[in-house]
Amino acid sequence: MAERVGVYVCHCGSNIAGMVDCEAVARWAKENVSDVAVSRDYKFMCSSLGQAMIEEDIRKEGLTRVVVAACSPHLHEKTFRRACSNAGLNPYLMQMCNIREHVSWVAQERDPATEKAKSLISAAVARVKRQEPLEPMKVGVNPRTLVVGGGIAGLQATLELADAGYPVVLVERSPSIGGHMAQFDKTFPTLDCSACILTPKMSEAYQHENVTLYSYAELEEVSGSVGAFKVRIRKRARSVREDLCTGCGACIEKCPRKVVDNDFEVGLGYRKAIYMPFPQAVPKIPVIDRENCTWFQRGKCRVCEKMCQPGAIDYDQQDEIIELDVGNIILATGWKLFDCRKIPQYGYGRLANVFTNMEFERLCNAAGPTSGKIVLRDGKTEPRSVAIVHCVGSRDKNHNEHCSAVCCMAALKFGHLVLEKTGAEVYSFYIDMRTNQKMYEEFYCRLLEEGMHFIRGRVAEITDAARMPGEEGKLIIQCEDTLLGRQRRIPVDMVILMGALEPQADAKELGLKCGISCSMAGWYTERHPKLDPVATMTDGVFVAGACQGAKDIPAAVAQGAAAAARVMGMITKGTVEIEPVVASIDEEGCSGCRICNNMCPYNAIEYDAGRNVSRVITALCKGCGTCVAACPAGVITGSHFNNEQIGAEIEGILWDARAAAGRGAAAAV
Amino acid sequence: MSKGKLAIYWAASCGGCEISILGIQEKILEVDKAFDIVLFPCGADGKVREVEKLPDKSIDLCLFNGGIRTSEQEYMARLLRAKSRVLVAFGSCAHEGCVPGLGNLHTRKEIFETNYHDSPSLDNPGGTEPHHESSVPEGTLHLPEFYDTLKTLGQTVPVDYYLPGCPPESERIWEALEAILTGQLPPPGSVIGVNTTVCDVCKRKRTEKKIKAFKRTWEVVPDEETCLLEQGLVCCGPATRAGCGALCPQVNSPCIGCYGPNGGVEDYGARLMSALASVIDSNDPEEVERIVREGLPDPVGTLYRFSLASSLLRRSSRQAEAAKA
Ligand SMILES: Cc1cc2nc3c(=O)[nH]c(=O)nc-3n(C[C@H](O)[C@H](O)[C@H](O)COP(=O)(O)OP(=O)(O)OC[C@H]3O[C@@H](n4cnc5c(N)ncnc54)[C@H](O)[C@@H]3O)c2cc1C
Ligand code: SF4
Ligand code: SF4
Ligand code: SF4
Ligand code: SF4
Repeated sequence: MAERVGVYVCHCGSNIAGMVDCEAVARWAKENVSDVAVSRDYKFMCSSLGQAMIEEDIRKEGLTRVVVAACSPHLHEKTFRRACSNAGLNPYLMQMCNIREHVSWVAQERDPATEKAKSLISAAVARVKRQEPLEPMKVGVNPRTLVVGGGIAGLQATLELADAGYPVVLVERSPSIGGHMAQFDKTFPTLDCSACILTPKMSEAYQHENVTLYSYAELEEVSGSVGAFKVRIRKRARSVREDLCTGCGACIEKCPRKVVDNDFEVGLGYRKAIYMPFPQAVPKIPVIDRENCTWFQRGKCRVCEKMCQPGAIDYDQQDEIIELDVGNIILATGWKLFDCRKIPQYGYGRLANVFTNMEFERLCNAAGPTSGKIVLRDGKTEPRSVAIVHCVGSRDKNHNEHCSAVCCMAALKFGHLVLEKTGAEVYSFYIDMRTNQKMYEEFYCRLLEEGMHFIRGRVAEITDAARMPGEEGKLIIQCEDTLLGRQRRIPVDMVILMGALEPQADAKELGLKCGISCSMAGWYTERHPKLDPVATMTDGVFVAGACQGAKDIPAAVAQGAAAAARVMGMITKGTVEIEPVVASIDEEGCSGCRICNNMCPYNAIEYDAGRNVSRVITALCKGCGTCVAACPAGVITGSHFNNEQIGAEIEGILWDARAAAGRGAAAAV
Repeated sequence: MSKGKLAIYWAASCGGCEISILGIQEKILEVDKAFDIVLFPCGADGKVREVEKLPDKSIDLCLFNGGIRTSEQEYMARLLRAKSRVLVAFGSCAHEGCVPGLGNLHTRKEIFETNYHDSPSLDNPGGTEPHHESSVPEGTLHLPEFYDTLKTLGQTVPVDYYLPGCPPESERIWEALEAILTGQLPPPGSVIGVNTTVCDVCKRKRTEKKIKAFKRTWEVVPDEETCLLEQGLVCCGPATRAGCGALCPQVNSPCIGCYGPNGGVEDYGARLMSALASVIDSNDPEEVERIVREGLPDPVGTLYRFSLASSLLRRSSRQAEAAKA
């Protein structure tokens, strides 16, 4: 029996209709594409009226297949699948054809765009006729959640879930949780003490009965899918036994080896070879930095071992591999600082008194290397004038196009701290002042009143080459003041570069492990930029905080909570449906050559040595098709993407080429 | 019951198929019991003009080996198609083009250049080369026309069954003949054979494949136990239809793919290529490039040794040829 196909061409307001003659396309489909029983165009196919139209046609016209020519399936495949289900048609007998992102949004002329839409519809019809009904599989949701990254966003997510009674595994790469917030002195715009509001959350998470914390650990591998992920965590060897250490710090005190602390103190202070990043670190258990430890490097010392009463030092400790089952994953891996050396004209690394924003955070932190005294690199001189340069590596085509979102506010915070602690003159060099959150603009006004100077213009150069009287021994900021419309040179004692927030160096790699992608810049891509900001394209993987884009603490916290809420929703529901679009191996045909065995990015293929065949573990397969392409015997089939369907699609797209060349022309030699 | 009629013919092929047919040994007597041989240029008498006189579809079975390279071969293919009830593309040449099909990497002109002018072992002072038509005092002589492109039998006339192999193994020939004699045939158009690949019958031990370098056969003496591909030899076993009993791997030599693609595979070389690409153990594009360059110096000859003419490529591109000329 011939199929009865319904074709629905969406205008998407003027998004599609502005470039494609939707009406003509719909008419053409009915008249020219075989087996099209109904073909309509409509202003908004995804609206309830549009969906109702499809449902009614399925019932009244007896449609056996549906093609919706509209936007990307990412957006509305679920919508239209549901409409088909409602009308009793298996949802996998619906095919979407993207004439928005793939046609109207990228085309420049109406006629060719309309022709392209026809080709895509012809392909979709050819393919949909060969599609087979599929049934989604139901998988139980493991209530345990993995949170990666123990910054403020990850902590928030962890606590929300744990307080709701669900088990959480928190994996943090550094020896302590806390993230960047632990390094700050005060937080804008309220100026409350960062540690005071952060550390209670850190210890709460650590002590929570529902939280298992793995610090100094990394996520190595993820397999499985939503509801039932398997994760492998590498807990790096601390050389200190967590079960015995009491956190007394005797080992640290007596360790003879001092090293520059390039992490927590951003190079401004020292730590020992055995160390805790900061006094309130959680867990309060030291780590031996083997690279710098005298015992590990030269086979002498073992002082810490002698000092440690409970005998917690363990030089032979090995990395530990922990394998766990979790239902959902939240990535909250935050950001890293732009390398300010990349802008040589700003002199960072060359001119001693040019500081980065993170260095300055440590300088004015009461627990920092100068006990909160704002001084020059010499460690004693208080500056009498300070310049704060905004947008260093942000809003800059050569480095990062994005706005780092927090630097203006952090600059105001710094201005306030300098004025409060030193009474120096403070100049802010900004392009635009961005203070658009609650109480932010008010904070800006406060700084205007406090007497901070604001100069609008991008700084061209920072130099120590004096040209005018009063410039000797100073750093001179050369910049065009765009409000005054003239060049200015401002001599100062100290410069703070507001370096950009950038994606973590390993963001792509970690994303790949979890099956999610990054934007060009490297921020994790959310499912929908407006309507679904913490979910991702991979079910069961969520993102929160600055790993999704530069943001301030309130926004990071909100996302942490939002991600937790999404996970709770899944746990409460208990089961999830997973796509039945999977690969399968014809065991009769499989020769057991094992080519496919290490191909699967999701480890969904197992080899049965007894029968000498390979097999797809359906629950793990994501239908990516890698193995299908690899199998030299051609015995792996990807459902919903089998050869026949893809072949039909290609033939469909070439409908006019075939007409033009005459049948069989392709075969002529 | 009256005896059926059998024709066995050869076109662009080497003659190995005939030897393999005779390799069924005493079973040839059973074939003789069942059939009268009407045409078998290599093994029996029989004249084309007699075949031309036969009514259509009066030959019960024709085993046709060889690809179609000349006008004469094409004529015979059409003739035997018309006269035969069941036409079998017998052996790799008829099935996929085989080694003669590699000539499709060149044009007729280039082939003639090599064969009649450039070859170092040649003594052709007059620069003679074959012509379709030539005038002699006695009149005009005709030689078959040599085509630019070799086609398979199936690309020339409709074929009922394919029997793969270079040559098909005698046991498989007998099995096919038995199937034909007893009428137990698969649906028309199919390959008579099993639907799995050589690895299925190969006894070598295999693990997950990770290859750092492809080796050429003269570079290593492979160990007898382990999968040859895992030892770096380009073994075509994973992609090649089973049927030979893994003869080559059994004697420590990699499978070269003579049994052609498995059922449902469109393009043997592409399949093998993506399989080999899949097991290269590197993510560094430069290293991958080096592994391929050093280990696969002749990709077409390795991946499409038997199947170029029947592949999606069919022949070298006309543009490339125009550019060469
Ligand atoms: C100079 C400066 C001052 C600022 N001041 C303020 C302020 O006053 N108020 C305000 O609201 N905002 C401020 N911000 C912004 C603030 O830093 C961010 O909003 C906040 O850090 C975001 O938190 P997060 O948890 O997303 O990321 P992070 O704080 O970066 O935490 C991420 C955590 O994940 C861990 N991690 C990373 N990768 C991995 C991995 N692969 N595996 C395991 N763990 C991993 C990291 O070690 C870290 O602990 C400031 C920013 C700057 C640059
Ligand atoms: S053994 Fe290493 S960590 Fe311990 S005290 Fe000596 S240098 Fe420090
Ligand atoms: S299609 Fe194949 S490679 Fe891809 S996830 Fe499924 S089993 Fe793994
Ligand atoms: S690649 Fe194909 S034939 Fe080889 S083991 Fe995998 S499924 Fe089987
Ligand atoms: S030696 Fe060749 S035929 Fe045997 S298992 Fe390895 S790849 Fe397959």
